[in-house]
Amino acid sequence: MVALDAAFAPAPLKPARRSWREHSALPGFGGAFGFTLLYVGLIILLPLAALAARPWEHGLGGVVDAILQPRTLAALRLSFLAAAGAAVVNVLTGLLIAWVLTRYDFPGRGVVDALVDLPFALPTAVAGIALATLYSPGGWIGSLLQPVGLKVAYTPVGVFVALLAVGLPFVVRAVQPVLEDLDASLEEAAQTLGARPLQTFSRVILPALTPALLTGFALAFARGAGEYGSVIFIAGNMPGVSEIAPLVIVTRLEGYDYAGAASVGLAMLAVSLIVLVAVNSIQVALSRRGSR
Amino acid sequence: MTLTIDGVYKQFGRFPALTGISLDVRDGEFISLLGPSGSGKTTLLRVLAGLDRPDHGCVFLNGVDFLALSARERRIGLVFQQYALFRHMTVARNIAFGLEVRPRATRPSRAAIQARVSELLALTQIEGLGDRYPAQLSGGQRQRVAVARALAVEPQLLLLDEPFGALDAKVRKELRGELRRIHDATGVTTILVTHDQEEAMALADRVVLMNQGRIEQIGSPAELDTAPASPFVFTFLGETNRLPCEVTAGAARFEGFVAPVISPAGAADGRATALFRPEDTRLDAGPHAEGLPVRIVEIRGRGSLRLVECQALSGHRLVAELSEAAAGAFEAGQRVRLTARRVVIDTVAAARPDWNPEAGGRGAPAAAAH
Repeated sequence: MVALDAAFAPAPLKPARRSWREHSALPGFGGAFGFTLLYVGLIILLPLAALAARPWEHGLGGVVDAILQPRTLAALRLSFLAAAGAAVVNVLTGLLIAWVLTRYDFPGRGVVDALVDLPFALPTAVAGIALATLYSPGGWIGSLLQPVGLKVAYTPVGVFVALLAVGLPFVVRAVQPVLEDLDASLEEAAQTLGARPLQTFSRVILPALTPALLTGFALAFARGAGEYGSVIFIAGNMPGVSEIAPLVIVTRLEGYDYAGAASVGLAMLAVSLIVLVAVNSIQVALSRRGSR
Repeated sequence: MTLTIDGVYKQFGRFPALTGISLDVRDGEFISLLGPSGSGKTTLLRVLAGLDRPDHGCVFLNGVDFLALSARERRIGLVFQQYALFRHMTVARNIAFGLEVRPRATRPSRAAIQARVSELLALTQIEGLGDRYPAQLSGGQRQRVAVARALAVEPQLLLLDEPFGALDAKVRKELRGELRRIHDATGVTTILVTHDQEEAMALADRVVLMNQGRIEQIGSPAELDTAPASPFVFTFLGETNRLPCEVTAGAARFEGFVAPVISPAGAADGRATALFRPEDTRLDAGPHAEGLPVRIVEIRGRGSLRLVECQALSGHRLVAELSEAAAGAFEAGQRVRLTARRVVIDTVAAARPDWNPEAGGRGAPAAAAH
């Protein structure tokens, strides 16, 4: 009994604190780590710092005023709401597409798989012009929607539609590899335990995919909030209605209002940062209980 | 008798996985499906679980057509080699899963589920781990959770697919004993798939030895041991020596000794290859000893046993398994006489024209692989 107790003594809840420098089979930690810091600093942190330093020439009041203008606020609201909405829809459709691409073997699967990445390869302006043409009142889709009273082009809905196209690959590519690696025996276990297909999906598969879906959401959201090229053609850019935040920034730059442009940029940076940190925290909480 | 498997065929592409399997399993029996990889044992288990459909044949459980039911409706417990635990659920939620997914009408109350979970945690001796996540458990603990989860639905059949394959030897032995104890405590009809003959022989009431989609033999471990139905059964269940012989009237005649043939019954007279176990092999160094003259090549230790490797004048290498004490009388280089207590005639080798035991055959015809 003593031996048995010892053998099945609970494993320690937390592993002993490991050195933050994990032992690796390959040498060169110093160089690689130094390069990483330098590169991240140069490519990411330095420009962000420059942005953060820029808008203060009229003091805090100037920054707040620039952001609180109704036109700016509306643009920020549109950019982030459309990005969030499109990211949510993309999580659903991206999951479905990733599911079809991994679970079914159909002729032309490779083609569909490659098509998913196409928005990455296209210059965003090209995508934007194509979308605007399609959804304009005289376009293929626009002319069908017009009689039903749906206006897409030159409205906030157009922004949303453009962001759908931009964000989809992020979700599909985040979910697909996880879905491919998902152990089939998990589903079989659920099945033999009496779970109906929908229960197996919602209780077993979906929780396993949640971290990947969150990643896809975060990427699609971040990209959507900052998206410019593919949106401005379909949006119509009516101030206060269908004008996106990046366009407000460009407009201010063109009027030589660098501080005002940087203020709006800073606001976008702050919101994006909050959302990304929140998503990341959820992921950390999930992985703490599940994986590894 | 409760489970009847009758004439089950299953083919994957052009590979015949099961070719006419028939088997009756009694209520509460512990059956081992034993065989090398590719023998069809896992396929048979998956057919029983409802995860694979056979091409032909029937499966009945207590008179109910099992094949007409989906995996979900069969109420079986399935335990996988890689545990297949739900990582995002605590141990308790994992165990409760099969009860919680039931439709409201048949779902036990929350308190009843909780009571059942505690009962199973106790049965599998993992009390206190209910709030842990699978990632925080050892392999042995995870497999206990998997067994508890499978038992939670009070299955009509408990099916285990190589459940100890991913565990180290010590934990495997412990869990083996636990599994038999759990079986005896619950009385659930249990079918264990394994390629480990020691495991199958130690656990099962009856062993079903499979090879190439067929059943080679069904019998108690003792029956398989003393009356192997085929040379395959004999070689699969343990290490073997090979030696050419002359069969006459149910006895194998070697140079210097004669041994009874235990299988096959009524082996044809004539030249043949005999198989016998190291533990059925004896050595004698006495001046008047009878037996095959051999020279001891090497003595290797294994616990309290010694493996004495000998070489005959014909070049055949033969291994004798002796107790430590008995082996003390011998040393490497010594010339002794070797006898076998009982042998099996290798009908497969006899039927194979290219097999010539006198010429040494393929490589050294010594102790079989292991």
